[in-house]
Amino acid sequence: MASRLPAIMRTTAARLSALYFVLFALCAVVLVFYMTSLSASMLTAQTMETINEEVQGLDRAYRRGGLPFLVRVVEQRSRQPGANLYLIADANGRILTGNVESLEPGVLETEGWTERPFMYQRYGEGSDERRQPNISELEAPTAAPTETRHAAIALISRLPNQMIVLVGRDLGEPERFQKVVKRALTFALGIMALGGLLIWYFVGRRALKRIDSVSEAGKRIMGGDLSGRLPVTGAGDEFDRLSENLNTMLTRIAGLNEGLKQVSDNIAHDLKTPLTRLRNRAEAALAGDPGEAGYREALEATIAESDRLIKTFNAILMISRLEAGYSAEALAKVDLAATVHDVVELYEPAAEEVGVTLEAPAIGSIVVDGNRELIGQALSNIVDNAIKYSASSSEKPKVDVTIDEKDGEISVKVADNGPGIPDENDRARATERFVRLERSRTQPGSGLGLSLAKAVMKFHGGRLELLPGNPGLTVTMTFPKRRSE
Amino acid sequence: MKILIIEDDREAADYLEKALSEAGHTAHVARDGEAGFTLADSGDYDVMVVDRMLPRRDGLSVIAGLRSRGNTTPVLILSALGEVDDRVTGLRAGGDDYLTKPYAFSELLARIEVLNRRATSKEVETVYRVGDLELDRLSHTVKRAGREITLQPREFRLLEYLMRHAGQVVTRTMLLENVWDYHFDPQTNVIDVHVSRLRSKIEKGFDSPILHTVRGAGYMLKAA
Repeated sequence: MASRLPAIMRTTAARLSALYFVLFALCAVVLVFYMTSLSASMLTAQTMETINEEVQGLDRAYRRGGLPFLVRVVEQRSRQPGANLYLIADANGRILTGNVESLEPGVLETEGWTERPFMYQRYGEGSDERRQPNISELEAPTAAPTETRHAAIALISRLPNQMIVLVGRDLGEPERFQKVVKRALTFALGIMALGGLLIWYFVGRRALKRIDSVSEAGKRIMGGDLSGRLPVTGAGDEFDRLSENLNTMLTRIAGLNEGLKQVSDNIAHDLKTPLTRLRNRAEAALAGDPGEAGYREALEATIAESDRLIKTFNAILMISRLEAGYSAEALAKVDLAATVHDVVELYEPAAEEVGVTLEAPAIGSIVVDGNRELIGQALSNIVDNAIKYSASSSEKPKVDVTIDEKDGEISVKVADNGPGIPDENDRARATERFVRLERSRTQPGSGLGLSLAKAVMKFHGGRLELLPGNPGLTVTMTFPKRRSE
Repeated sequence: MKILIIEDDREAADYLEKALSEAGHTAHVARDGEAGFTLADSGDYDVMVVDRMLPRRDGLSVIAGLRSRGNTTPVLILSALGEVDDRVTGLRAGGDDYLTKPYAFSELLARIEVLNRRATSKEVETVYRVGDLELDRLSHTVKRAGREITLQPREFRLLEYLMRHAGQVVTRTMLLENVWDYHFDPQTNVIDVHVSRLRSKIEKGFDSPILHTVRGAGYMLKAA
């Protein structure tokens, strides 16, 4: 078990802010050190340039007026406030003039730039009374108080008479430099902390508040308010898209729920009637004394009635399973032309029996994505209906089954020349579950044939349409374009 | 015929046991998947009737287990699930036939008898003979008493199926499944009309009936 974080750290906003703060702070430290080292080297370069110019100036002075003039110039410059470091020493390193009282030993021995910053003591700073610099002090500069020693870089050159000239510049106290870095860091970190707070405010107080409102709405819906939907602000951002998608899902679930409710209503209304009939028949047989033949008849009627019930029940279950989406893997390549041929061939003798001509022109194979079994069942329901209704036609009863392809959509048309369904609303209602239009009340059937066909077509992503024929009714099963070859 | 019934519903199992005994078969009952597997593995059964949903071990797993041990006893799966893909998974697991609950006993009996025949007649004959009726599967010709009878392709397949199971009851759903390869319930008597067409072709002008209707069950092809 990880140790429990404080409550505030368990919000995403606080965690994000802390993470950003740490990241930014690291960046700031790296940046500050990079900047300071960069500016330090820039400063050094500038200093060296200044020193170079000074040396050139002194060189000109020496050439114009010789050593005395040079000494005079050096002394004059040394006295100016904030002056550079000047020193003239003899060939042995004894200081003759300048504003440097002592420096690290060995500095004067090599000509050119000092390889690294060296320590020195400025004239007049080492002690209270003004003293002449002497060699002993030069040899032991460490004896001097550390506070008065400074770091410097210098250019050392020799005059033709072997005298040494040093021009240098103080680099400033290292402490001051550290102070600058520290101040910059503090400032940067302060800004970072402020940024962290701002992030916490924006992410936490605003964005995450919306997540909270979504989960609140979710809780309400789970609590039973199935018509509830998640808030959509209209900003069109990720949260809106998420809410919209979840809302679509909720609508779909509500639809399925509605379907389920419809099924149970249907079961209540339309299965109770035959069940009651079944029970009454058994009861009547028991109550009277119908004799063996009578009992047999009652039992046979009971079996026939329960078979019808089972059929109805199977159809209801199948429709609801299809409407719930079934399993998409049930789809495969199906030769629609062959399926049409099979079904027509299956029904042709039965149609002929009732005087109906059932015909389908022979065509080559037409492939759709589907389930052969389901398509066959849907088509046989439709053909069965068509035969039933065209049988009562005043003309020569006829059912034609054709396959059309239009704009990539393949459709199977079953046209009869029966009485048809003249009213548009009736045509729309004919595919609803258990709806049996007035004229069909006298025909046997559960009222589920077209509903099942419609569910099958919906399952295939297609549609079932009832159109007025000329005369009669044309039922069209339209399959969507194939997704792939 | 020795039949093993694996079914957890006591009433259904007892009913099956009694009805199968009355039909002249010996039936044993196992009430859960494990017991059924043990019995099937040790006993020598002609046909097994296995419910899909069983306690302790699922029916499909029992069948798959038996098949992996080399047991080839024909299996009829009983199931309350009747959708197309349920049937496919059942047959894929090693079942030989699939019947959805609730079912008519006559349907179950007819299917069991056909399953047994399928297991015993291993070799595939090229010519079927029932009485004076003769069907040649290679030349696609049918003769009765030496006289050639012309049949439509579907009628030929229908007669072929009936002749392969001559002397056995064949139900309408069995015909729809095996001749048309559809498993749904046709609303009307489409199969009956096909059979009566076929009957008129093979009986008209001949002395004796050969294609009989078995009341409440189906059809049987049998020489008088």
